[in-house]
Amino acid sequence: MSDTPRNIGAFVRHDQIPESPPPASETGIVGWVRQNLFSNVFNSILTLLALYFIYNLMADFLPWFFGGVWRAESIRDCRDILDGARGGCFAVLSERWHQLIFGIAYPQEAYWRPLLAFVLLFVAAAPVLFSDLNRKLLGFTAIYPFLAFWLIWGGTILNPVFGFLGFVVAYIVFDRLSHISFAISAIGGVVGAIVTWFVGGMIAAAVPELLALEAVPSRDMGGFMLNMILGTVCVSLSVPIGILLALGRQSDMPIIKIICVVFIEFVRGVPLITLLFVANVVLAYFLPPGTNFDLILRVIIMITFFSAAYIAEVIRGGLAALPRGQYEAADSLGLDYPQAMRLIILPQALKISIPGIVNVAVGLFKDTTLVSIISMFDLVGVIRGPILASTEWNGVYWELWGFAALLFFVVCFGISQYSQWLERKLATDHR
Amino acid sequence: MAMTDQAPEMAVSDEVAIDIQNMNKWYGQFHVLRDIDLTVYRGERIVICGPSGSGKSTLIRCINALEEHQKGSIEVDGTILSSDIKNIDTIRSEVGMVFQHFNLFPHLTILENCTLAPIWVRKIPKKEAEETAMHFLTKVKIPDQANKYPGQLSGGQQQRVAIARSLCMRPRIMLFDEPTSALDPEMIKEVLDTMIELAEEGMTMLCVTHEMGFAQAVANRVIFMDAGQIVEQNEPKEFFNNPQSDRTKLFLSQILGH
Ligand SMILES: Nc1ncnc2c1ncn2[C@@H]1O[C@H](COP(=O)(O)OP(=O)(O)OP(=O)(O)O)[C@@H](O)[C@H]1O
Ligand SMILES: [Mg+2]
Repeated sequence: MSDTPRNIGAFVRHDQIPESPPPASETGIVGWVRQNLFSNVFNSILTLLALYFIYNLMADFLPWFFGGVWRAESIRDCRDILDGARGGCFAVLSERWHQLIFGIAYPQEAYWRPLLAFVLLFVAAAPVLFSDLNRKLLGFTAIYPFLAFWLIWGGTILNPVFGFLGFVVAYIVFDRLSHISFAISAIGGVVGAIVTWFVGGMIAAAVPELLALEAVPSRDMGGFMLNMILGTVCVSLSVPIGILLALGRQSDMPIIKIICVVFIEFVRGVPLITLLFVANVVLAYFLPPGTNFDLILRVIIMITFFSAAYIAEVIRGGLAALPRGQYEAADSLGLDYPQAMRLIILPQALKISIPGIVNVAVGLFKDTTLVSIISMFDLVGVIRGPILASTEWNGVYWELWGFAALLFFVVCFGISQYSQWLERKLATDHR
Repeated sequence: MAMTDQAPEMAVSDEVAIDIQNMNKWYGQFHVLRDIDLTVYRGERIVICGPSGSGKSTLIRCINALEEHQKGSIEVDGTILSSDIKNIDTIRSEVGMVFQHFNLFPHLTILENCTLAPIWVRKIPKKEAEETAMHFLTKVKIPDQANKYPGQLSGGQQQRVAIARSLCMRPRIMLFDEPTSALDPEMIKEVLDTMIELAEEGMTMLCVTHEMGFAQAVANRVIFMDAGQIVEQNEPKEFFNNPQSDRTKLFLSQILGH
C-alpha cells in the first residue's frame, strides 16, 4: 500500500463498438459438445461412463424390442417362435388388448361407446384448457359429463337428461331467489335439483327402453378405461372443491373455517388406500340395507376428497403468496367478496398454484391404480389378475408392466407439458 | 411542480364530505387512533403528515373501511359507516384510493385494470367503460400504454394508472396514501402533476404525503399527526411558517432541515 494517488486514467468513449459474432468455439455442435460434455477431465470421464452405460442398455433393449413377437397364442408359443433368440413377447398386448383397455367384462360390441366418449373428452376439455377458443364450446363442456355417462354406462337417455335438468333447475331457482338471501336461494336450488332428480328417476324407471343403450353395470368397467374415468372425474371435481376448501379455510365465519380445517387435516392424515377400503366395505354398513350405492361412485367420492384436500392446501399457498395490497385494491374499488375472489384473487393465486395442482393431478391419476387392491379390474388389476394369472401368459412381466408404465407416462407427461405451456402463457407479470 | 407561494384559490363548499367524530381504533391492545375529530368539506385538499407509525395510513384506511374502527363514527357522503357489507361497498365505490405500492392487478392489462370495477360494480357496458378508461388514461398521459401489463410500466406510470383506475369509478373523494414515496425523484413529479391537476378540478382529496412542496401548492389544510392523535392543523402557510406545537416544530425541522 502506498500513499501515492493512482492515475485513474480519465476516459470517455465516443464511438460505439460494433456488434460481432461470438468466437466459433462457442457455437455449433462442436462448441456445444466441448463446453457441455468435455469441459475438463472429470467431466470427460463422466461423459464416457454415461455413454458406455447408455450403450449397454440399448444393446440389451433394442434387440429385445425389435426382435419381439407380436403374434402368438401363449408364452410357450412365444418361446417356440423366438427359439432362443432375444426378444419380447408382445403378443400378450395384441392378444389381450381389449382387456387391457376395457377390462374383462365390458361388452365387446359396445367398445365404440367409451371410445367415442374419450374422443369427445378432448372437445369438451378444449375450451376449458385453452381459453382462446370459442366460448360457445363451453355449452358442450357442460353437457359432456352427462353424455359421457350415457355412452359408457348406457341405459335410457332419460337418466342423463334429468341429471342435467336437475342442475339447470337448481341454477334457475338459485337465480330467482338470490335477491332474498344466499342461504335461502342455495337451499331452494338444492331442493329444486332433488325434486327434479326424484321425478326424473321415476319417469326413467317407467320407460327404461326410451332411447336406451345397452346398460353396462359398474362392476364391468375395467382396464385403462377405468383409470381414465376415475382420473378425469376426480381431477375435474377436486379442483373446484379444493378451491372452495381453500377459501373456506380463510373464511371469517368460524363454523365454515372449522369444517374446512378438520376436513383437510383429517383427509390428509389418512392414507388413500384406507379411504378406498372404507369406500369398499365400511360405507356399506352406514347405508340403509338394500340401497345400491355404486362402487365406482364411492371410489370417486373418496379419491376426490383425498385430492381436494391436497389441492386446497396448494391453493392456500397461492393465496398466501399474494400481497395484501391486491385484496385491499379490490376492496377499495368496491368489489364484493365473490367478485374480488373470482376476478382478482383466484386468477393470480391459481396461476401461482399451477405446478402444485398439476403435481396433485398427476399423482391422483397414478393413484387410481390403487383400486386394484379393492379388487376392481383397472389396468393394473387386469394385468395382475386375469392376465398374469392365466396359464397362457403367466410370466410375461416386462412387456405388460412396461406397457402399463408407458400408458401412464404418456398421459402424465401430456398433463405436465400442458401445465408448462399454461404457465408460460399466463406469465404476464414480467418479473 | 408548479410551486406557488400561496395555496391557489379553489372552491371549498360548506357541504360536508367526510365527518369523523371522536373516532378510536385499537390493534389488539395497541391504541392506534385516539379521539380523532375531522370534518372535511367538499372540494377540500387536505395533506396529512407526521412521523412514521403515527397512524396516518390507519386514519385514511378507516375512511373506506379497509380498517375497522372500534369507537366513534365516520360519515362519508351522508352514509354512516357500519359493519353492514352493502353500506361499506357503497362507500368504497364512492371513495377512490391510491396506494403507496400502486397495487395494480398484474394479471390484467392497463385497460382491464381501469374497466374492471366500472363494469362489475357500476354495471356499465364494457364499451362505455373502455371509453371512460381511455379518457382518464389520456388525462394521466399514458393512453398509449393501455394494452400493456402493469409489469411493463415504470413506477411513475403505474402510479398514474392507479390514479386513473380510481377515477374511472367517478369517485367523489380521493384518498392517497404516500403515493410518491415508492418512486424515484424524476417520477415523483409526474405523479404530483397529475394530483395537482385533479385538485384544480375541485376533487375532494385526503393525501398522506411528505411532499411539502405539494402541500404548499395545493393543500388548503395541513394536518399533523403524532402518536395516533391530530396534534395540529392549519392552512399551509401558517402551518409551515408558524407551527404552534413543539412536536410539529421538531417534525418540520427534521423534514425540511435537509
Ligand atoms: N395490522 C396491524 N396490526 C398491529 N399494529 C399495526 C397494524 N398496522 C399498523 N400497526 C401499527 O399502528 C401504528 C400506525 O401505523 P400506520 O401504518 O397508520 O402509520 P403511518 O403513520 O402510516 O406510518 P408510515 O409513515 O410509516 O406509513 C404503527 O405503530 C404500526 O406499527
Ligand atoms: Mg403509512
